[in-house]
Amino acid sequence: MGERVALTGNEAVSLAMKQINPDVVAAYPITPQTDIVQYFSTFVADGEVDTEFVTVESEHSAMSATVGAASAGARAMTATSSNGLALMWEIVYIASSMRLPIVMPVVNRALSGPINIHCDHSDSMGARDSGWIQIYSENAQEAYDNTLQAIRITEHPDVLLPAMVCQDGFIISHALENLEIEDTEALRRFIGIRSADISLLDTEDPVTLGPLALFDSYFEFKRQQAEAMAQAKQVILDVAREYETLAGRYYGLFEAYKLEDAEMAVVVIGSTAGTAKAVVDELREEGKKAGMLKIRVFRPFPAEELVDALKDIPIIAVMDRAESFSTQGGPLFSELKAALYETEARPQVHNFIYGLGGRDVRVEDIETVYTRLEESLNTSNKLDRVSYLGVRE
Amino acid sequence: MSKRKQITNIEEVGWRELPRAGAIVEAGNAAKYNTGDWRSVKPVWKEDNCIHCLFCWVFCPDAAILTEDGKMTGIDFDHCKGCGICAKECPTKEKALVMVDDSVTQ
Repeated sequence: MGERVALTGNEAVSLAMKQINPDVVAAYPITPQTDIVQYFSTFVADGEVDTEFVTVESEHSAMSATVGAASAGARAMTATSSNGLALMWEIVYIASSMRLPIVMPVVNRALSGPINIHCDHSDSMGARDSGWIQIYSENAQEAYDNTLQAIRITEHPDVLLPAMVCQDGFIISHALENLEIEDTEALRRFIGIRSADISLLDTEDPVTLGPLALFDSYFEFKRQQAEAMAQAKQVILDVAREYETLAGRYYGLFEAYKLEDAEMAVVVIGSTAGTAKAVVDELREEGKKAGMLKIRVFRPFPAEELVDALKDIPIIAVMDRAESFSTQGGPLFSELKAALYETEARPQVHNFIYGLGGRDVRVEDIETVYTRLEESLNTSNKLDRVSYLGVRE
Repeated sequence: MSKRKQITNIEEVGWRELPRAGAIVEAGNAAKYNTGDWRSVKPVWKEDNCIHCLFCWVFCPDAAILTEDGKMTGIDFDHCKGCGICAKECPTKEKALVMVDDSVTQ
């Protein structure tokens, strides 16, 4: 059992990194991720970690140095936000295609433009097809726990894919929260030491990594990546169970909240889940059968499990804190709706795009969503496929 | 020797068997790729003019100058791409290496 402390999300993640004691961290500061790099650099300066800390001149270099270190067999980490992730883009794909187990905390912030420093999910959602595992956190506790679990997930021989561990910028990253932290020695036993089967530093058995692969082999390597992502689902669940024996906290692929007998549900990612739970409790007291589902793992997308959890609910609102500009709704909506197409009952599914650029999401906003779901189900006042929650008309 | 599985023809191997992420796990396998087969000019070695200074060996951007006991013995035409650097660097007055049109001599 851990110790209770008050930390911000960024402090919690930098503490997790200190406890991980990575071989290499190469990172560049960007709001709202800056604290992570800043706190971690003090751990390095104070000799509290053995990490080789590489101060780089850009995120492109941060990811490049992390890829190089991970290729050499190191446990390598970086962290970023928003435009920093955008600048990494080229190497983000290379990290996953080289099958490097890099863990990268992403503090979600709206992508420019207009330039904005506050939370939405446009940064990491844009990277949803980059071949990275994506784990989202509701609060600082989850950001801490997910960072630690991600080390084990990414390094599992069936997986060997990088992972983004996402938390909402400012809302989680800069808010002080009570959480439980675990004993460093116990955590180090849990994560172990990375043993790479292929390493650039293996002079006995030298290898070339990241070579050209044209029409005769590129496709096969993409197929390998797809298989690794499919395998990741079970590994994520196994690691979660093992972490539970250590910390007493368990997270699955998603969290179903009062969903079993629910007649309407909201599906959400990140900190808004906390707000939605409060609204569900309130509605339940009024005798309304409201439920909520919070996505933890977006990549791999747990389609079958989500369908199982949602298939009997007549009406569902899917909340996207990112606009995809497909004109058909946000990324979570598109994927969840596609998954539900295979169910017999086919629940009514509606999309709410919300909270862009840090637009506040209040209890009243989520109440509005449930009210609209009720109306749409029971009256002629039907919901559109896509609604914008909290935008000024 | 490598303990890893070696692949001779990538097009005969399915995705499950290929090394992860396209890693080349066999050291020095570039020797198996005959880069000399697209050469248009080639060096001719005139042994009588050769002083075995090995400038050609030093400057060859591949490893196509063959040597034995510190002396030049010939050219590896499987890998010589005909760049002509050896002939350019050959320091003897009467060159020991001269480039000729490979399409004629072949």
